[in-house]
Amino acid sequence: MEIMSVELDVFVGNTTIMDEEVYQFWLDGYTVSDAVKVRMEGGVLEECEASAEVLQSDTMDQYRTFQMCERLLHTPAKLANQLLFQIPPHRQAMLIERYYAFDSAFVREVLGKKLSKGTKKDLDDVSLKTGITLKSCRRQFDNFKRVFKVVEELKGPLVENIQTHFLLSDKLARDYAAIVFFANNRFETGKRKLQYLSFQDFAFCAGQLISNWTVGAVDNMVEDMDVDLDKEFLQDLKDLKILITDKDLLDQHKSLVCTALRGKTKVYSEMEANFKNLSRGLINIAAKLTNTKDVRDLFIDLVEKFIEPCRSDRWTAADMKLFLIHYTNSAHILDTFKHQVTWDRYMGVIKSCILKMYHD
Amino acid sequence: MPGKLKAKILAGRHLPVMDRASDLTDAFVEVKFGNTTFKTDVFPKSLNPQWNSEWFKFEVDDEDLQDEPLQITVLDHDTYSANDAIGKVYIDIDPLLSTEAATVISGWFPIYDTIHGIRGEISVLVKVELFSDSNRFRQSSCGVKFFSVFCNTRDALHLSCPAPSIPRCYRLAAVHGFVEELVVNEDPEHQWIDRIRTPRASNEARQRLISLMSGELQRKIGLKVLEMGGNAVVGYLQCFDLEGESGLVVRAIGTACTLEKPGSLPPSAPSASPSMETKEPSYPVTVPSPGPSAPLKYQPFSSSSPKSCRHQSSCSDTDLSFVPKIGIGSSGSSGKEGCSFKMPQKQVTPSALEQREFPFFTFTRFPPGFLLHVGGVVSARSVKLLDRIYNPDEPETRDAWWEEIRQEIKSHAKALGCHAVVGYSESTSICDEVCILSAAGTAAVLDPTLMQEGCLDDGGEHRYCVFCHVPYDDFNSPFPAHLAQCCTCGRHKVPDVLFTTIELPREAKVSGKGCLIQARLCRLKKKAQGEASATAVSNLLPFMEYELHTQLMNKLKLRAMNALFGLRVQISLGENMVVGLASATGVYLNALPSPGGVQIAGKTPGDTAQEQHISNMQRKINDTIAGNKELYEINPLEVAEDVSGSPIPEPQRRPRLFRSVSESSTEVPELDLAYGRKDAFVLEIDDTDALEDMHSLLTDAPAPSGFYSCNTEVMPGIYSWTSAVQMFTSVRMFRLGNANLTNQGVNKAFNDLCEDLLKSLYFKVRSMVPCCLCHLNFSVAVPEEELVQVTVTAAAMTFDKDGSQEPNRTTPRGELGFKWILNTELMSLCPVSVSSLETGSPLLRDRSRSVRSTHSYSSNAVTVVKMTPLSFIPNTRIIKYLGIINMFFIRETSSLREEGGVSGFLHGFITEVFAMVRAHVAALGGNAVLSYQMKECVFMENPNKNQAQCLINVSGDAFLVYVRFECTHTHWPVRVSTGAVKYHCQDHCAQRVSRLH
Repeated sequence: MEIMSVELDVFVGNTTIMDEEVYQFWLDGYTVSDAVKVRMEGGVLEECEASAEVLQSDTMDQYRTFQMCERLLHTPAKLANQLLFQIPPHRQAMLIERYYAFDSAFVREVLGKKLSKGTKKDLDDVSLKTGITLKSCRRQFDNFKRVFKVVEELKGPLVENIQTHFLLSDKLARDYAAIVFFANNRFETGKRKLQYLSFQDFAFCAGQLISNWTVGAVDNMVEDMDVDLDKEFLQDLKDLKILITDKDLLDQHKSLVCTALRGKTKVYSEMEANFKNLSRGLINIAAKLTNTKDVRDLFIDLVEKFIEPCRSDRWTAADMKLFLIHYTNSAHILDTFKHQVTWDRYMGVIKSCILKMYHD
Repeated sequence: MPGKLKAKILAGRHLPVMDRASDLTDAFVEVKFGNTTFKTDVFPKSLNPQWNSEWFKFEVDDEDLQDEPLQITVLDHDTYSANDAIGKVYIDIDPLLSTEAATVISGWFPIYDTIHGIRGEISVLVKVELFSDSNRFRQSSCGVKFFSVFCNTRDALHLSCPAPSIPRCYRLAAVHGFVEELVVNEDPEHQWIDRIRTPRASNEARQRLISLMSGELQRKIGLKVLEMGGNAVVGYLQCFDLEGESGLVVRAIGTACTLEKPGSLPPSAPSASPSMETKEPSYPVTVPSPGPSAPLKYQPFSSSSPKSCRHQSSCSDTDLSFVPKIGIGSSGSSGKEGCSFKMPQKQVTPSALEQREFPFFTFTRFPPGFLLHVGGVVSARSVKLLDRIYNPDEPETRDAWWEEIRQEIKSHAKALGCHAVVGYSESTSICDEVCILSAAGTAAVLDPTLMQEGCLDDGGEHRYCVFCHVPYDDFNSPFPAHLAQCCTCGRHKVPDVLFTTIELPREAKVSGKGCLIQARLCRLKKKAQGEASATAVSNLLPFMEYELHTQLMNKLKLRAMNALFGLRVQISLGENMVVGLASATGVYLNALPSPGGVQIAGKTPGDTAQEQHISNMQRKINDTIAGNKELYEINPLEVAEDVSGSPIPEPQRRPRLFRSVSESSTEVPELDLAYGRKDAFVLEIDDTDALEDMHSLLTDAPAPSGFYSCNTEVMPGIYSWTSAVQMFTSVRMFRLGNANLTNQGVNKAFNDLCEDLLKSLYFKVRSMVPCCLCHLNFSVAVPEEELVQVTVTAAAMTFDKDGSQEPNRTTPRGELGFKWILNTELMSLCPVSVSSLETGSPLLRDRSRSVRSTHSYSSNAVTVVKMTPLSFIPNTRIIKYLGIINMFFIRETSSLREEGGVSGFLHGFITEVFAMVRAHVAALGGNAVLSYQMKECVFMENPNKNQAQCLINVSGDAFLVYVRFECTHTHWPVRVSTGAVKYHCQDHCAQRVSRLH
């Protein structure tokens, strides 16, 4: 019979000791006992001649440390000038980067959703679906929301703002920029037809949109510059409609593209047969972007109106690339078409996005 | 008006939200010193206020400057109701009063509240202008007080050891003797007013009172030091006794010394006119005068060396300059040291020492040759019943109690033929009205002739063993002694086992490495009140002492070692049990005879079953001993055998451990059984208890591979430390179940707790392997019935495995120099390696460059403050002493569950205490705390009420150090080549050369 029970067990180092492995368990929302189980299987025991009790004690202790640190991680800049924990700078960077890292499975679930209490309430479903613990889901969601709230009202480039306020790496800051951008514009990403797209596909598209379609793309000292699309530009997009409403232009455009592609692609006949439909699809998307609702549907529209028809005709990625290049460039030769700047700004982004999205 | 204190409040940051409506705070600051209070303006609606106040000036007595802390309170302004306190900062301005220490306090301090913990930070600037006149305060009491502040150079001895010392630090010029003082007061927590005031007010009253009392205590000790002609207290130990209803006692002991800056000349006659100055370095002149009060003058290296003077004068102002201090290489010095070996066997008891009331020394490290002989551990305990202290100004009872104990210690030392006690310390354990007072030290003969001229050097090799030689001879031995010929010199008698409370002397030669040895014991006692309880405790103590001693001895033998250093025996009193914990570092001293094995003897011969069992056990023991020899690399040279001549069959004997309360019980049945060629240590197994004990002995797990541990400053046998230091505190508390408690049961529980705790510590610092847990300081308390609390503070230090060989054993000079490098960054070897500078490895240069870059990287962030319980950090050089840190904090909560239970609460509190110590040190301009100690960690809980309270007292010395090369991550230590010493020197010389160009 056990005659003693440990009531209190604390370890505090002058330099805060943090085990990266345990930190990850904590971030992943493992309970202490689950973390201990995994650590035991990991062989750390034999390595240091320790016992299960030692691991339990160490894990508990580190969990407590992380909990105390969490408050500081919410404003990472504080971590550098706080006095409570003595943590070497490279460890601080690690703590922050890991804390703000997210699971791609999780982010796919909330990407484009409003970062509201309602969404937070649904996190248990997300947790069930993705297999990520609810605790971890909440942390990731709160991170998204926190970053969103801070950068929402700041001037200057989005990625830079995220980096200075949250001390994240360039890569992670760009991902957060995408998340913020999607959340702000509420792009639809959850439809079944969009399921095949990864977060990185969307993040790429977000990057394209941010650097070409936002206010910040033309004027870099406006509030919300990187999160809101350039309204004027969206208005201008209506002018592109002439490419499909003017029959002459449409025919000219088609023949120019066909001339350029003849003999260079195996799906030439399919392309030729479908050209008008495809072009209508792309230009209708452009023309509708003044409606917020249609902005949200940008990606689903791209898939339905353009990617799916091409895919059913078995276009290869190379075919797609070739087509889009000539489709964009041919418009320049149309002498009655006067909206070259708007056209380039629109097609530049659409081309990159479609190419990124055109995969299985 | 002897001083003007000036404070300026600059800014705050990370303040808590005090106004829920606006999520902001309207903060202002009150600055209080003595009875004067100033206020800043309110900085509205901000969590990062910028007050940028004017200078608040306090014109005060220097007595107040010493006693009072500067009290800074941050408040939230509220138009309609009372202002809410956010928290406080207490700043001890003592360091600013010394000419030697800090000149300004400037930095961010955590704002602390006893209920909420740290709540933001505040940036403060503090300066002191002293109206000083060295002439005047030679006479006036006011001047004396000013000087006395200098006494806070608590751990200067180490820095000031006679061998070439740390640049810009001190040299020990004279040792004057033991100083003690105690002050008592009513505990605010137990005053009637406590029933009506808030917990916060009560905690703050207590914090403030203790701060005042310790200031007063330091000042009083300082006065005594001045009376003795000294200017510093070395080995300053301050303790609190929370006696509950009967009051609060703050007491301190230390050793009065005169410290000098190396090479500094005695001050000339002070200038006549008094003037207002900020700082004026002044030294009292210590005139060695004959007579009873003559200080034990110690001046090891001729200050006549022109070299040292020149260096000093040229470099004393540049902090980072390379200052080779008085060289150890000078042959004159060794001649001086050698004198002590002229009379190794004779008792040297100079009248000065003899006549001193208490020839006690609180420090544990000594200059080579200072210790002539070491007699053994002397200890005394007494059990007292506390009564109310009626007159706080005349704490005679407490004084008398300690006086009594010290007399006892002194007489024990005398009985061992020793005239002094070194490594002396005092402690108490209190439970209700019963109090155990304990004192312990090491009886020793010191060499007062060290400074005399004309001593001859009688050969280097003797110095290794001299301190081991017994200070008495066979016939005058105070007890049946088991003496052998010294295995090193063969000329003098040495004991078979040596127990001491001091650090391993530098000159000692050991074989292999040492290890931590602990004896643990828990004994149940009947609950009783007052007199009855005291009697029960008194009856229990001798048995506990005896058993702890036996355990230590057995464990030492099992490890094939023959000496214990740093022995600390702690007896803690609880309501229904008494816990004993003895810790020491075992080593194999080459001078002492090799320990024979351990032999088990059955009491009833003829019992075959038992004999079978015993022979099994014997085999296990022999295997363990053999295994330990290998583990600790103990292979002494066997010359000892020949030198000692024919082994004399001598009776079994316990080492000289004098215990005042248990003399009668220390006698053991003497058996004369030989084990092999050597004398065996016999364990008699007469009952199951003994068998259990034996089992527990054998199941003591060794440290995992790559780890060592010791409770001394450094591990004997490890020499190549890197600068990677991780100081930590760990607290564990266990509750004994309500089941039928037996002595054996609680004993095992306690033993397991300690073993598990050690295992956890090793695991925590596993990334630092090869690593040694140094200065492992265990302290045990019984805060409540069935609760045992163990607090450990230690430094994990990385060393280089390949460099662990002690180099250059052949010449004593080389060894000495080497050790000095490790301990105090000896620079005198550098000239030797300057020539080899050109060949210095590029790796080395790269590293030093990378260090600089990391430094600049972190410079705009918070200063990294290293903390260590040791008196040095390897591979760093001390640039400036900044003052003593002595801080007392109380933390209380009434939302224990919300703060993560007891562990969460204490974890947070200890983290906060570390942060506050670091912040104070950084504000003084320092980056290191040496000799750090957590002296008190009193934890009380009431889970039913969701409440807990904890008191922590920490102390240490603040320093600015220069890290030669930093190991920035603890994952893998910097690998240092075998020539570690040279390596560092080259590094340093490289810097020096570059500066010269």
